Amino acid sequence: MKRIIYCVLSAFILFSLLIGTIGCAAPPKQRLRVATTTSLYDTGLWGYLEPVFEEKYSVELDVMYAGTGKALEYGRRGDVDIIAVHSKAREEEFVAEGYGVRRVPFAYNYFLIVGPAADPAGIKGLSPEEAFKKMMTTGNGGFVSRGDDSGTHSKEKAIWKEAGYDYETVRGAGGWYVEAGSGMGPTLMMASEKQAYTLTDMGTYLAYKGKLELVPVVDRGDILLNVYSAIAVNPEKVPGVKIDMADNLISFLTSSEIQELISDYGVGEYGLQLFIPCAGAEPE
Amino acid sequence: MVEIWHGLTRAIGLIISLDPEVMEIAGRSLMISVTSAILASLLCLPLGSLIHFHRFPGRRFLINLIQTFFSIPTVAVGLFVFVLFSRAGPLGGLDLLFTPVVMVLGQMILITPILLGLTISALSGVDRAILDTAWSLGASGLQTAMVVMKEARFAVVAAVIMGFGRAISEVGIALMVGGNIKGFTRVITTAISLETSKGDLELSMALGIILISIALVVNVLLNRIQQR
Repeated sequence: MKRIIYCVLSAFILFSLLIGTIGCAAPPKQRLRVATTTSLYDTGLWGYLEPVFEEKYSVELDVMYAGTGKALEYGRRGDVDIIAVHSKAREEEFVAEGYGVRRVPFAYNYFLIVGPAADPAGIKGLSPEEAFKKMMTTGNGGFVSRGDDSGTHSKEKAIWKEAGYDYETVRGAGGWYVEAGSGMGPTLMMASEKQAYTLTDMGTYLAYKGKLELVPVVDRGDILLNVYSAIAVNPEKVPGVKIDMADNLISFLTSSEIQELISDYGVGEYGLQLFIPCAGAEPE
Repeated sequence: MVEIWHGLTRAIGLIISLDPEVMEIAGRSLMISVTSAILASLLCLPLGSLIHFHRFPGRRFLINLIQTFFSIPTVAVGLFVFVLFSRAGPLGGLDLLFTPVVMVLGQMILITPILLGLTISALSGVDRAILDTAWSLGASGLQTAMVVMKEARFAVVAAVIMGFGRAISEVGIALMVGGNIKGFTRVITTAISLETSKGDLELSMALGIILISIALVVNVLLNRIQQR
């Protein structure tokens, strides 16, 4: 019995020391938390920019993977210091409510509808609104929705609205409409498995293309514009957020050096631009 | 099926090459779960024996409650801890959300019912005669408890192993309150979740095999204590 106690006690002391030394190894750097949309994260852009930012400002950047809805909630609760999402209406609401300081667009690309090469619903080349209408009326071919209150999900709902459908009707339309409740990458994987259509942003699609059996089906339409913005959480409404470092991240993202990095990201690998920089200005 | 074989070969490759990222998350998984298992044991073994040896009103109900919480979903614990430690929540000022510390706390909450319940169960399995003998020989309350605990040590260590197992294998808490932040709070289980959703099944399988190997090593060590 004594032996067990000694073993446990020494293990405990050992671990406390371990945790202690790990903690005291270097002066703890400030941590900045950014909640980012899954579609931005899944392209690998953050993994690419993170070390550059951390080096420049001598800070630890924690990138949280969350759909736009969840990211906004983290922002309201003050669990992150800055958010980088892509849902203009909800971003403007966030700022109007006082939670965000200012909406700063930093890059954009386009959404597209991808699907099986066989195109069972026959929507290739149509406009997004017409494509959705056709899917709804014929019921051919499945559709996998993000279903997670994300920026992409909001865009999908907007297209359904433009096509003339109430979203609740769409949800109950039948087994062909599936809500994944997942990030962009996982949703694409699911659509590929089910050989169904889905709405995706160009960046994530290109990043995942090698693993998917899906092709672009609808890629023209003004409604498909996808703008990524960064919003620092307002310290006046949400005390405790690190506004100075958050502002640094925004300056970083809109700086000409990084805008160029964003512009070049993925071109060598995928042959196409994943993101078009727009340095704070709203693209048309 | 071929993913399982590829996963195995990839796992061996990652271990032999001491892949830095995998070593980092494996080390973190181990540190967080071992810490939570030890701290929870230090709390629950004495508490469990207190509950076992004393009769008080509501004791049966308490034991029932403890056993009910054996099945608490990890996401439910994760959600509870998240709301508690979120900046907008009561303990938000401690700034512990999305750090390994809160993950340890969350896992402690998760395995406390198991450790309590199984300790009580282990002590109940000890022959009444031992208790009576110690008592009649003049042992104090504490000494009696220690003797009975020693008799039950096999089952008590099994409880600790079970608690550790539940802690290192859970995803819900690590994901919700840890945030799966690369280089800071990512552990094996959350990494498996992420890699699977990204479609890298081979890497997920490899990580899973590594996790089980770690559990095997810990078990062998604890078993040596158990068999003494």
